[in-house]
Amino acid sequence: MKPALTLKDVTVSIGGKKIIESVSLELHPGEVTAIIGPNGAGKSTLLSAASGHLRPTSGLVLLGEKPTANYKPAHAARIRAVMAQESGVAFSFTVREVVAMGRTPWVKEKANDDAAINEALDLTDIQHLAERDVTTLSGGERQRTALARVIAQATPVNEASVVLLDEPTSAMDVAHAEATLRLARDLAARGAAVGVVLHDLDAAASYADRLVLMDRGQIRAVGSVREVATAELLSQVYSTEVEVFEFGGRLRVSPLRASHGQIA
Amino acid sequence: MTRRGRAWVVGGVLVAALLILVVISSSIGQFHTNTADVIASLRRVLIEGSEPTANRVDATLWTIRFPRTILGILVGAALAVAGTVMQGLFANPLAEPSIIGVSSGASVGATIVIVFGISAVYPNALPAAAFAGAVVVTALVWMFARVGGKAVVLTLVLTGIAINAIAGAATSFLIFVGDTSSREQVIFWQMGTLSSAAWHEVVIVSIVFTAGFIGSMLILRQLDVLALGDKSAVASGVNVERLRVVAIVLVCLLTGVAVAFAGVIAFVGLIVPHALRLMVGPSHRFLVPLSALGGGLLLGIADIAARTIIPFADLPVGVFTALAGGPLFLVLLRRTLVKTGA
Repeated sequence: MKPALTLKDVTVSIGGKKIIESVSLELHPGEVTAIIGPNGAGKSTLLSAASGHLRPTSGLVLLGEKPTANYKPAHAARIRAVMAQESGVAFSFTVREVVAMGRTPWVKEKANDDAAINEALDLTDIQHLAERDVTTLSGGERQRTALARVIAQATPVNEASVVLLDEPTSAMDVAHAEATLRLARDLAARGAAVGVVLHDLDAAASYADRLVLMDRGQIRAVGSVREVATAELLSQVYSTEVEVFEFGGRLRVSPLRASHGQIA
Repeated sequence: MTRRGRAWVVGGVLVAALLILVVISSSIGQFHTNTADVIASLRRVLIEGSEPTANRVDATLWTIRFPRTILGILVGAALAVAGTVMQGLFANPLAEPSIIGVSSGASVGATIVIVFGISAVYPNALPAAAFAGAVVVTALVWMFARVGGKAVVLTLVLTGIAINAIAGAATSFLIFVGDTSSREQVIFWQMGTLSSAAWHEVVIVSIVFTAGFIGSMLILRQLDVLALGDKSAVASGVNVERLRVVAIVLVCLLTGVAVAFAGVIAFVGLIVPHALRLMVGPSHRFLVPLSALGGGLLLGIADIAARTIIPFADLPVGVFTALAGGPLFLVLLRRTLVKTGA
């Protein structure tokens, strides 16, 4: 199957420093690709380049088969929805108003906005917050609002859709974090190519079809979970002991931890 | 009540208040008239088609007071819409058009023509030079703030501070070299006044205001999305770079024409969107049209106050808006700070 989003030999330099160098990557319809790696490895820069926020210094980003530069911004936004790391909103919009902003690229399509907005509110479990002032929400609630906006933007999901999520669960409790990752799987099941930056290696191993391991601005390894999530590779890239083991029929990834105070 | 419902109510109240304002404001002056005279004169000229200079009441109203009242409303509306666009553009409720150099540029332009005696010969040179100064200095701020084809908010603010300082120094220098009468003229111009209002000014301001207002109404939805931050706005399909250019041109036009004909009038652009946001929420589809009404009303009221507080003296209206707007702004700021606990 043809990739929905392709990065070809992408380099991004800021102030003369190469943040990512010669990165090539394909996101395929129906797949969740998790991008992992230590702080400063270039994960967010990779996602920014893929999302059109950062123009690559060299290299090419293709959406479908065409370079992103060939799209009008609104057209690209109907295909590709992006959740950035920052989920703050400057003014006191209600949650529903913020989610409705996800429909901005669909204004001229006379699309079924209300249905898309309500579905997004339901999927992210924030229907009860719909009339709340978004600036009064907790960090996790704000993240769910941003996620709902992105889902509203991605509706209707099809085989051309690309959904990019930059650390979407960083402020969420465990229940909502799991629900968010299940949602990412569900988007992929409906045809979307999903790219998600994650710090939780175990979650990445559990929910992703493919892993991309970044290290110092380059892709260190890319492939299936079993190919990339090895104790040797992760321990080396993260400079700390990481365990990988089978448990309950799937691969578990965890940093090696001492059992402080648990012995008795 | 929903925000939409509240917006309609606020809009209705503002329209009614504006109509009352026109009548009251026009009835006040040295030549004694009352509101009934004003309504009678409006009916005579507008409905019965009589000459606006047929008698002393009509002449006073139609050559002096109506132009002044309407100019005040238009200038207030232009300043408030510019302030709303500016705050949306910067995604910050404390942003003001003067940040990007509009007012300081207009001051330089006005001061040049006053100090070198040009405006004494050609009265129209003053608004023209003020407007040109506003455009030139805003363009300079924009040019210096651009890095790699982009101008982000922080660099715009910092560049604005530097260029505003330079423009301020240039104005001070010009005032220093000018003679006493031109100094006085510059200082009064900088305080903002509507005392020279005439119909041709009303026509020019209303044309520019209409253009700026329509332009602002075309970018409402995109201004909303800017509240998400640049990254998310771009991802939502908004051409942020182009939006920023369009918005700055609109702010420059609206503020420039207001400053050109009324001098520097502070706080209208800051306080009106701020107050309306508390009433109808931050959505620009309500804020932009309502701020036009609210700005017109505020400056209209300020002008009444400026003309009546000291008997037989025309207090500069800019002094009054700052005097009333400053404390009001402090109150709003305190309320916001307490509410957010910041």
